[in-house]
Amino acid sequence: MSLDGKVPQGPLADKWSKYKFDLKLVNPANKRKYDIIVVGTGLAGASAAASLAELGYNVKAFCFQDSPRRAHSIAAQGGINAAKNYQNDGDSVFRLFYDTIKGGDYRAREGNVHRLAEVSVNIIDQCVAQGVPFAREYGGLLDNRSFGGSQVSRTFYARGQTGQQLLLGAYSALNRQINAGKVKMYTRHEMLDVVVVDGHAKGIVTRNMITGEIDTHAGHAVLLCTGGYGNVFYLSTNAIGSNVTAAWRAHKRGAYFANPCYTQIHPTCIPVTGDHQSKLTLMSESLRNDGRVWAPKTVEIAEKLQKKQITAAQVAEEDRDYFLERKYPAFGNLVPRDVASRNAKEMADEGRGVGASGLAVYLDFADAIKRLGEDTVRAKYGNLFDMYIQITDENPYKEPMRIYPAVHYTMGGLWVDYNLMTSIPGLYALGECNFSDHGANRLGASALMQGLSDGYFVIPYTLGDYLAKIGPKKVDTSHPAFAKTKQDVLDHVNKLISLKGTKTTNEYHRELGHIMWEYCGMARTEEGLKKAKGMIQALKADFWKNAIILGKNEEVNASLERGGRVADFIELGELMVDDALMRRESCGGHFRLESQTPDGEALRDDENFAFVAAWEFMGENQPEKLNKEELVFEAVHLSQRNYA
Amino acid sequence: MSGNMNLTLKVWRQKDANSQGKMVTYPAKDISPDMSFLEMLDVVNEGLIHKGEDPIHFDHDCREGICGMCSLYINGHPHGPKRAITTCQLHMRSFKDGETITIEPWRAAAFPVIKDLAVDRSAFDRIQQAGGYISVNTGGVPDANATLIPKVVADEAFNSATCIGCGACVAACKNASAMLFVSAKITQLGLLPQGQPERYRRAQSMVAQMDAEGFGSCTNTGACEAECPKEISLTNISRMNNDYLSAKLFREEELHHSSGE
Repeated sequence: MSLDGKVPQGPLADKWSKYKFDLKLVNPANKRKYDIIVVGTGLAGASAAASLAELGYNVKAFCFQDSPRRAHSIAAQGGINAAKNYQNDGDSVFRLFYDTIKGGDYRAREGNVHRLAEVSVNIIDQCVAQGVPFAREYGGLLDNRSFGGSQVSRTFYARGQTGQQLLLGAYSALNRQINAGKVKMYTRHEMLDVVVVDGHAKGIVTRNMITGEIDTHAGHAVLLCTGGYGNVFYLSTNAIGSNVTAAWRAHKRGAYFANPCYTQIHPTCIPVTGDHQSKLTLMSESLRNDGRVWAPKTVEIAEKLQKKQITAAQVAEEDRDYFLERKYPAFGNLVPRDVASRNAKEMADEGRGVGASGLAVYLDFADAIKRLGEDTVRAKYGNLFDMYIQITDENPYKEPMRIYPAVHYTMGGLWVDYNLMTSIPGLYALGECNFSDHGANRLGASALMQGLSDGYFVIPYTLGDYLAKIGPKKVDTSHPAFAKTKQDVLDHVNKLISLKGTKTTNEYHRELGHIMWEYCGMARTEEGLKKAKGMIQALKADFWKNAIILGKNEEVNASLERGGRVADFIELGELMVDDALMRRESCGGHFRLESQTPDGEALRDDENFAFVAAWEFMGENQPEKLNKEELVFEAVHLSQRNYA
Repeated sequence: MSGNMNLTLKVWRQKDANSQGKMVTYPAKDISPDMSFLEMLDVVNEGLIHKGEDPIHFDHDCREGICGMCSLYINGHPHGPKRAITTCQLHMRSFKDGETITIEPWRAAAFPVIKDLAVDRSAFDRIQQAGGYISVNTGGVPDANATLIPKVVADEAFNSATCIGCGACVAACKNASAMLFVSAKITQLGLLPQGQPERYRRAQSMVAQMDAEGFGSCTNTGACEAECPKEISLTNISRMNNDYLSAKLFREEELHHSSGE
């Protein structure tokens, strides 16, 4: 089946403004007759909930954390892009659009990306008006810096804590509406299902994580703003609580899941030290502006380094391989994330990795310290160095940092049309939860942009159109679909609670992570993926026989929460493998070994794979059905990415 | 692995808000110095689950020192013995083999225990909801560069804005005062030009809510600043007192919840 993304006709630059005019409006007096459910209150969710409440809708917002301020958006470090051209360096909406399409390796939807670039300008204005303390120059104007994948300075930032400041801005807008009585906030609530009535999303089922109470909530529309699913890999840079449950349950009710195998692997993370490790920590990409990446030239030297028989400083200059500078002289250490990650993994695979595990390469600041002085390096990167020292007990001023790629962001997600509506009418997906704007690879400083764009400036328009069409007639929780869905959720919870096996859910999760990283990570093969599929199916069967879930539902029960999430991750893992198997091309961070150029670079196959893969759930243990949305490129020419 | 440690944990266990709690002793064996404190608890919990015992409940999420969710009062200090870090950034190499570690929840009447080491910090949200914002709707705002903000002011506002709302300041204070937390937001918004129209009203509203939540008053002991993982300065409290006093003396407004319509 061919899917319609509903991108409006007409010239690219006019699509959104014309479309906005054509959308139906809900008059102000009628808005209070509509109830909207928002699940997740990070950048996308908090900004959407606040903006919709400002318009006059009644909003119920849900998050699993103890406060909306904890959403994982808070951890983003680098910055947010906007085509303001404050630097007079030739930036424009079209250039931001172009960079994003190219950076995404031509697997994003043109119409959405152009809208994102247009709206980026408003986001900065909005955040400044809310009191977000962006970096300023001495004259009082906003400061900018440049970020991976672009040749202009368009990134706005608040030290290394941009995500935190943007989220606190959206949180404050949300708080204002909670105080005004227009948003009712439910914290420590986990969404466990979507209620579909006559084919439309009309509510959700939640579990109160303090009391275990399973409850239903009705609304005219449901917005999922629940983030990404990188934790399917067990170790990732995501917060521990980040999970796929809300999106996955929606998928099982009929929302298509698009491009699930698109995972961004970030090159500059602190390497894994042991099996006890619960998560990975990202070091900002900005470090690669001054740090030089290298690995020893021979396996022998690498082994000596791994066993700590020699130090990095004792490796002579001619025995060092600055592999990024060698292979990509034009971009050097600043090649995009997917290229840098893949090359680091190759070093480790060849036995030239460093550190006790051999799963790391060096990011060396010795030259920078010689050139700039330690004080300058400290001023630029001091907080990052401190963080590194804290975690590793090694001093990067004296010896090179060890870095290794880690799972960071997922570009796949629920399929949405131009309105951000999923394949279930009335169910929307915003931010990282949807698939639409980043293609096969996300450029730096564009995740924050998409979350806020969707929440502040897209959904307030497109949702109104749907609401005006369905009218304000209420559906309430007395409809039988609510009782039925609630019962399904209770059955699932009871099934989990009855598991009294011998293996913890954490052990299953770690095992799943190993399979995903090994076979569906940075480099994939047909053979490996087929093997992974069998392993995941076996893991799933074993989970439902041998997992341990302690306690009961009617209490605070972390083991139950985790059990439900791990079960969903296992199912998603299988779909990711199916998606990766189907996509016999390399694109972005997704590298199929069978599809590479003679130089070993990722080779796309535009002839056969310039489409969005939207998977449709066909029933438990049934193969999912593939629906395709052909990607049409009107404004940019598809070309091979080349950084050499 | 060599160099691993064996420790004894004394942990506050409390079934729920209405139950009586008590300290329970657990061994923590073969702990790597590279583990974070929370990872050490994960390992202990895996052991408990295998034995069919209820794992120790604690709040945590990002494990990167920024979400503010992790808490834990460790050996008498919020977030443990080291300065300027959260519990998730505390590593076991800060402890010695054979050591006994005492772990308790935040202790404050305004932060009731939910279970074991997790407390309810929603009072902090309600204080922010009472006025910790600039009233601006989405859209229709001026260009971001139309408002000039001197770099020093933006930097100072940023310093206050880095508060992660973890509650260590309350836990550290003998009076369980929330003034460092509240003053950080009042200072951030009070320094910026965008925050001026509501500056005094905001100070009144937030202080009123803080009092209503049952937090104690400040006696300038400075424990909050000393234990704050983000090194929020006591200067914020002076600024807040200044704005609050100005509001009371010269600009007092009748506070009421806006209707939103």
